[in-house]
Amino acid sequence: MNLGPHADFIVAAYAVTVFVVAAMVAWVVLDYSAQRRILGDLEERGVTRRSQHKDSR
Amino acid sequence: MAVIDLANPTRFLTLVNRVLPWLAALTIVLFAFGLTRAMSAPDDYQQGATVKIMFLHVPAAWLSMMGWGLMSVAALGTLVWRHPLADVAGKAAAPIGAAFTFICLVTGSLWGRPTWGTYWVWDARLTSVLVLFLLYLGVLALYWTAEDPGRGSRAAAVLTLVGAVNIPIIKFSVDWWNTLHQPASILRMGGSAIDPSILWPLLIMAVAFTLLFFALHLAAMRNEILRRRVRSMRIIQAQEVRA
Repeated sequence: MNLGPHADFIVAAYAVTVFVVAAMVAWVVLDYSAQRRILGDLEERGVTRRSQHKDSR
Repeated sequence: MAVIDLANPTRFLTLVNRVLPWLAALTIVLFAFGLTRAMSAPDDYQQGATVKIMFLHVPAAWLSMMGWGLMSVAALGTLVWRHPLADVAGKAAAPIGAAFTFICLVTGSLWGRPTWGTYWVWDARLTSVLVLFLLYLGVLALYWTAEDPGRGSRAAAVLTLVGAVNIPIIKFSVDWWNTLHQPASILRMGGSAIDPSILWPLLIMAVAFTLLFFALHLAAMRNEILRRRVRSMRIIQAQEVRA
């Protein structure tokens, strides 16, 4: 595949897009595991949400 | 499951956990197909191989506007019906929309240099998209810095609805003003002006990017619901300690 005389601009555009998309994917994946971990810690300490209080009544 | 049931965050989480792996897999398959078609598409007779930047720039531009449209609907849900899931949807869409607007601006700039001879001009299309990016940053600032999340959400919803005025300005800027940016060549009266050999890879990439947007949005909404649960549990924990 020949990208011609402006190959640098094409490669840069794809590189920026891949970087931004990878950053977004990493953000949602890492944030999910962080929230799950914190929720797990709180539940281990016996903290429950109000709706869970209602369910247990 | 009825559609109205999805307004319940717990049921929504169940649906997201079920749908997200399939959506992510479909997105990857479509990107693989779209990129293969995009890389084998012929060069443009005027722009040469730089037309390959279009396969990123145009979907990112569409999604930057779709993201704001989605946030505007969510803002109505927040202000009119005060539904918490609407606020979750708006907050989760803001960083994703901002990222796609950033991709649109950077790839457009990198396409503009070899095509127009400049990275940037203050024409109506480019400026209105830059305004959209700044509006996204403004909404994010309101969400992330408000001491009271409820007030922050309502302020962000108001800014979102005010900023929605910018969407038709972006769309029609190339018709209303004399711009360096070309007029619409895909969605226009009389059909697309693009040859099918380039149009089809573009449409496949657009669908792939749209699925990526929705996959990221669902994942971000799930994270936001969990974050709010953490917040409410910490408040309960603090109240129990005080009592």
